[in-house]
Amino acid sequence: MSETLTLLYGVIAFMLIAAIVAVETRDLLSSVLCLGALGFGLALVDLIVGAPDLALTQVVVEIFAVVLLIRTVVAREDTTKEFIRDTPHVAAMGAVIMAILLGAYLCFQQLTPFGDPPMIMGASYMRAAQQAGATNLVTAVLLDFRAYDTLGEATVIFAAIMGCYALLRTRGKKEQS
Amino acid sequence: MIHTVLPFVLCVVLFIIGLYAIAVKKNLIKVIIGIIVMHNAVNMFLVLIGFRPPASGPVIAPIMTPEMGHRDEAVRALLSHSVDPVPQALVLTSIVIGLSVVALMVVMALRLHQKYGTFDLTQITRLKG
Amino acid sequence: MRGMTPIVKTITALLIGFIMLFGFYVILTGHLSPGGGFAGGVICAAGLLLVVLAFGADTVKERMGHNMAVLWEGLGAIGFLAVALLGFITGTFFAHFVPHNLGVRLFTGGSMPYLNLAIGLKVGAGLFGAFLMLAAFREAERGGRDKGEGDRS
Repeated sequence: MSETLTLLYGVIAFMLIAAIVAVETRDLLSSVLCLGALGFGLALVDLIVGAPDLALTQVVVEIFAVVLLIRTVVAREDTTKEFIRDTPHVAAMGAVIMAILLGAYLCFQQLTPFGDPPMIMGASYMRAAQQAGATNLVTAVLLDFRAYDTLGEATVIFAAIMGCYALLRTRGKKEQS
Repeated sequence: MIHTVLPFVLCVVLFIIGLYAIAVKKNLIKVIIGIIVMHNAVNMFLVLIGFRPPASGPVIAPIMTPEMGHRDEAVRALLSHSVDPVPQALVLTSIVIGLSVVALMVVMALRLHQKYGTFDLTQITRLKG
Repeated sequence: MRGMTPIVKTITALLIGFIMLFGFYVILTGHLSPGGGFAGGVICAAGLLLVVLAFGADTVKERMGHNMAVLWEGLGAIGFLAVALLGFITGTFFAHFVPHNLGVRLFTGGSMPYLNLAIGLKVGAGLFGAFLMLAAFREAERGGRDKGEGDRS
C-alpha cells in the first residue's frame, strides 16, 4: 500500500507544479499545454485510486478542452500587461486565502480519514448490486439507482450547448454587411 | 497520522491556486484556466474520498468479473473491499458538465475578443459608446 | 478553416471508422465494462473533431451540417425521456421494463443499455455541433477581417 501512496503523492506533486506553471507563465500557448498536463495527471490519479471510467473520460475530455483552448489562443493578438499589482488587491487576496485555509482546518478535523470511506449509501447500493443487472457498479449507480441525477445532467449539458449556439449565430450580422 | 489528511490538503492547495488565478489575473484566458484548475481540484477531492486501500495487491475497482456470476460469497468479498462507487458516479457527470462549461466560456471569450480586440479585462470593462 | 496536408487527410479517412467503432463499443458495453454513455459520447465527438480539423469546416458542413447535429442531439434527449417514461409499463418512472439479471450478455441490463445509447448520442452530437459552429465562426471572422483576398461574395 505504501507504493500506491508514494505514486499518488508523486502524481499530485506533478499536478501542483503543472497548475502553478499554467497560471503564472506569460505565454498563453504554454499555459494551455500545462493545463493539458494537469488533466492527464488527474487521469493518472483516477487510475491509481481505482476508477477506470473516470480515467477514460478524463483523458478524452482533457484532449477536447485543450484543442478548444488552443484554437482560441493561437493567432489572436493579446496586449495584456500583467504587472499591475496594487496593495488593496493583494491584501484582499491574502484575506480570502487565509479564510479558506481556516475553514479547511476546521472542517478537516471532522472529515473521514483518507482510506476509510463511510460508505453510507454505497453499502446499501452494493447490497442491491445483484438485482441491478450490471457488472459495472458505477454505471449501475449512475443509471439505475440515481437516474434522476443523470437526467438533470443531460439537461445541464443541453442548456450549455444551446448557449453556445445562441452566442455564435451570425445570420443577422451577415445580412447587414 | 498525517497520511489521513494530506491528500485532501493538497486538493485544497490546488483549489487555492485556481482561486488566485481567477482573482488576480487580468487576462481572460488565465481566468478560464483558473476555473478549470478549480474544477479539477474539486473532482480530485471527491474521487479521493472514496478510496479504500486493499490489504494486499492492487486496488479493487467496483467492477464485478464475469465468473462471479451468482456466487454470493465472491460478490460479498468484492463488495467489502472495493472502493466506494458513489463519488465516482458523481464525478463522472461533473467531468462532462465541466467540458460543456469550458466550451461556453471559450465561446464567450471569442465573442469578447471579436468586439474589443483584446483579452485584457481592464479594457473590456470600459463601456464603449 | 482550410484543411490540413493530404497526409493528415488520408490518415484521418482511414482512422475515423475505428475511432467511431471504439466509441460505439464503449457506449454499448457501458454496463459491463468501464465506460458508459458519457465516455463513449465524448470519444465519438473527439473523432468527429478530428474530421473537422483535418478537412476544414466548410467541407464538413456540406456533408453533415449544423442542423443535423442539433437533430441528433434532440433525438438523444427525447430518447432518454422516452426510456424513462416507458418505465411506467412495469411500475414507476425509470423502472426497468425488460428483464434484468446478472450476466455478461448485452441485453440483460434492464433499461440501462438504451439509456447509455441515448446519453452517448446526446453528448456526442452536442459537442460536435458546438465545435462545428466554433470552427465556422472563426473562419467567417478571419474571412471578414482580411478583405484583401476577396474570395467571399
